[in-house]
Amino acid sequence: MNKIVIDPITRIEGHQKIEIMVDDGVVKDAKSSGMLFRGIELILQGRDPRDANRITQRICGVCPTAHSMASTLCLDDAFGVADRIPDNGRIMRNLILGSNYLQSHILHFYHLAALDYVDVTSVADYEGTDPELASVKDFIARGELGPFVPRYEGDYRLSKEQNRAAVAHYLQALHMRRKTHELLAVFGGKAPHNCSIVPGGVTEHPTVDKITSFLWRLNEIRDFVNNVYIPDVVMVASAYSDHFGVGKGCGNYLSYGVFDLEAAPSDLAKKKRLIMPGITSTDLKPRAVDPGKITEQLRHSWYDDSFTNRHPSKGETSPKYPKDEAYSWIKSPRYDGKPHEVGPLARTLVSYAQEAPAVKEAVDGLLGALSAGPEVLFSALGRHAARALETKLVADAMADWVLELKPGEPVFQDYDLPDEGSGVGMTGAPRGALGHWIQVKDGVISRYQAVVPTTWNASPRDDSDTPGPMEQAIIGTKVKDPDNPFEVVRIVRSFDPCLACSVHLVKPRRRSARKVAEL
Amino acid sequence: MPKGNVQEYHVIWFQGATCTGCAVSVLNSVSPTVRNLLVDQVVPGKHVSLKFMPTVMAGQGDMVIEAMESTAGEKKGEFLLVVEGSVPTKQDGIYGMVGEKDGRDIPIMEWVTSLAADALAVVALGTCASYGGIFGGKPNPTGCVGVGDLLAKAGISTPVVNVPGCPPHPDWFTGTVAHILLGGLPSADALDDDGRLLAFYGGLIHENCPRRSYFDEGKFAKKFSDEGCLHELGCKGPLTYADCPIRLWNNGQNWCIGSGGVCIGCTQPEFPDLFSPLYVKVSDIDLPVIGEYWTEKERSAQDE
Repeated sequence: MNKIVIDPITRIEGHQKIEIMVDDGVVKDAKSSGMLFRGIELILQGRDPRDANRITQRICGVCPTAHSMASTLCLDDAFGVADRIPDNGRIMRNLILGSNYLQSHILHFYHLAALDYVDVTSVADYEGTDPELASVKDFIARGELGPFVPRYEGDYRLSKEQNRAAVAHYLQALHMRRKTHELLAVFGGKAPHNCSIVPGGVTEHPTVDKITSFLWRLNEIRDFVNNVYIPDVVMVASAYSDHFGVGKGCGNYLSYGVFDLEAAPSDLAKKKRLIMPGITSTDLKPRAVDPGKITEQLRHSWYDDSFTNRHPSKGETSPKYPKDEAYSWIKSPRYDGKPHEVGPLARTLVSYAQEAPAVKEAVDGLLGALSAGPEVLFSALGRHAARALETKLVADAMADWVLELKPGEPVFQDYDLPDEGSGVGMTGAPRGALGHWIQVKDGVISRYQAVVPTTWNASPRDDSDTPGPMEQAIIGTKVKDPDNPFEVVRIVRSFDPCLACSVHLVKPRRRSARKVAEL
Repeated sequence: MPKGNVQEYHVIWFQGATCTGCAVSVLNSVSPTVRNLLVDQVVPGKHVSLKFMPTVMAGQGDMVIEAMESTAGEKKGEFLLVVEGSVPTKQDGIYGMVGEKDGRDIPIMEWVTSLAADALAVVALGTCASYGGIFGGKPNPTGCVGVGDLLAKAGISTPVVNVPGCPPHPDWFTGTVAHILLGGLPSADALDDDGRLLAFYGGLIHENCPRRSYFDEGKFAKKFSDEGCLHELGCKGPLTYADCPIRLWNNGQNWCIGSGGVCIGCTQPEFPDLFSPLYVKVSDIDLPVIGEYWTEKERSAQDE
C-alpha cells in the first residue's frame, strides 16, 4: 500500500486535501478533507435576519449569487412573501443567478479544469499572428513559467494545433468570464457579491436601456458558449475518451430545481422551475424529492454524535474534537440515508429522466455525436459535458426571460419583519443543490444552517460507513505514476469542488496506513 | 523581448480564510487585463511572475509548496506577498491549514508569518486580510485577524499595504501593485490611517454619491426600489471610504447604490460588526461631512 497525499488541491475554490491509498496501481481508499473552518452559521446567530442575504454571499466568492438566492428564498418564506414576488423581481433574480451560472461554468472549464488536459508550453514555437498567443510565446521565452509550471506531467494528448487553439480559448475565456460578471452587474449592481437581490424581490429597475444592454451582452456570451465552449469540451472528450469510464461516484443524483418560472405556490417542491427538482440514479428512472428525507450524519465528522441524522432545520453545529473515527469537519448530508451527487450532471440526469424536452434533445445530440449511450455520462468527462450543456440551456432561457421584463412595473413586494418565524430556501448553485434553513426568534437569527453542494459531494463516510460521492469516484481509479497522479485530480476537479462552501471543515485525523490496509 | 531586459517581480499569492471573492474580483480587471497581468510586462520592463496562486496555478500538492518555499528562499527580501483572506489564530491556527510537512498540517498563520518575514512587502487583499473582515465577525469562532495585526503581534516589520473591500475593486489591487512597481512602496502620506492608498480610499462614498442631492433635500427611499437616498434603509455610505461612486464596478456597469442596494461599508475596518444590522439606519449622526440641512432636521426629530 502506497499512501499519496495531495495537499493543497489547487484550481478549485478553497483548501482541500486528498489522501489516497494505492495498491498495485489502483486506488483502494480515498479521503477528501477540507482544511478550513470559518463558522459563518455561528457568525449569523443574533443578527438581523436580513443580514443573512449579504453575509452568506461571503461563504463563496465564486458562487455568491446562489447563496444570496438560497438565503433570500429562505427569508421570503420566513417573511411570508414567498408566493408574492412580482414577476419583474422573480425574472431579474433569475437573470442575476443565470449570469453567475455562466460565470462559474466558463471559469471552471477553462481556468480551473483545462490545465489538466491542455499543454500551455505548446505555444513556445508559435509563429502565427494572433497577438494573444504571441504574448504567451514571449512569456514562455522569458523562462519564468509560473503559474503554468510546475504541473503533473505524463498525459497531455492534444495535438499542437488543438493545444494552441485551446490556449487561445483559455485567454478568450478570461474576457468572456469577466463579461458574464458585467452582465450580472446590469441588474445585480456588482459582482462578486451582488446587492440587488433582497427578500421581496430586487432593488434594481428593468429600464429599456438595461434590457437591451443585457440582451446583447448575453448574446455575445451565447456565441462563445455555442461556438467555442461546447466544441472545446467535445474536442477534449474525444482526445481523452477513456475518461468517460472513470470517476463514476455513488450513482445517486439529486436536484432541488432552480430558476423559478412562477411566483406561486410558495412550496418550493411544487413550484415550476426551469431546471427540475428530482432524484434519479443510474437507472435513469425519475423520482420526486421529499425535502423531509434530508439529514446530516456525523459519525466521521468532528461533531457531537447525539445530533446525528437530523434534518437541517433541526441541525446543531456542536464541534467535538478529537473524536474517534472522525476525520473531517464536513458533515455527511444524506438523502433517504444514502449519499447523493449534486451538480450539473445530477441536474441534467434528473431532467433527462423526466424527459424535459430541451435537456433530452441536448443530451441525445451529444450522445449521438459520441455514438454512446447515457451510461458514459456517469463519469468525470460526463460532468464536464453536462456542465457545458447546462450553460447553453440557461443562457438560452435567459435570452427569453429578459424580454419578459416590464419596465415601470413593480420589482419589490414590501413586508413586515416578524419577531418569530422560520424559512427554507432550496435552489441550485452552479455546483449543485443548495439549501438554507433559518429560524428567527425575538427578531434575530436564532439558528441558521446551510447545506451546500460540496458538502454533499465531498462528504466523508456516513453513519453506515458508506464513503461520500467524491471518495467513491476516486476509489478504484488506476494510477499510472504515483508521482504524477493526474487521474485523481482530474476526477476531483470534475466535481468543481468549492471547499469554502462546505464550511464545516477542518483538519482530518489520519488513520495509519496499516489500519487502512486492514479495511 | 529577451529575458535579460525584463525584470521579474516574484509574487506569492497566499489564501487564508477567504471566500476567493477577492481573486474572482481581480479576474474582473479590465485594464490591465488578466492576460496582461499574467504573461505580459505589466509595466514596461517589469513582469509579475506569479509563482504561487492556488486558484489558477497548474500544479498541486508538494510541488507547489516547494515552488512557494524556493521563491521565498531565493528571492528573500525581493518578492511580493499577496495575502487574500484573514488568518485564523485560535487554538494555534488549527482552523485553517495548507500543505503538510513531515506528516504535520501547516497552519495558515505559520505560513503567513514566515512568508511575510521574508517578503519585500505584503499586499493585504480584501477586508479579511486587511482587518479580519466577515470571518472575524462576532463571535469570531476561529480567532480571525488581519495580516497587519498578526505581524504586529509577531514583531515583524515588513510593510503592509491594505487593499480592503469585500470584494476589493480590481483597480484598487492593480493600482496598488502598479504603485509599488513604478514608484516603490507607498510613503506614509500616500496612505490613510487604516493603511490604504488615499488614491482609492480618500473620499467618503457619501461625498460623491449621485443620490447625495436627495439626502440634502431630505428625500429618502422608504422601501427597496424607491427613488431617493437610501439612508433610511441602512446605507453606510456616510461612514465608508472608497471611490465606488466615481469608479463604478464591473467595467462601469453599475455599483451597489446605483442598483438601489445599500452600501454595507465593506471597505471599512469596522465591517461587519459595527455596520450590522446592515439594513437599519445609521443612528449616530455626529459624522463628518454630512449635510447640514439634514443633520439639523434629524437633531430636532431626535429632540422630539
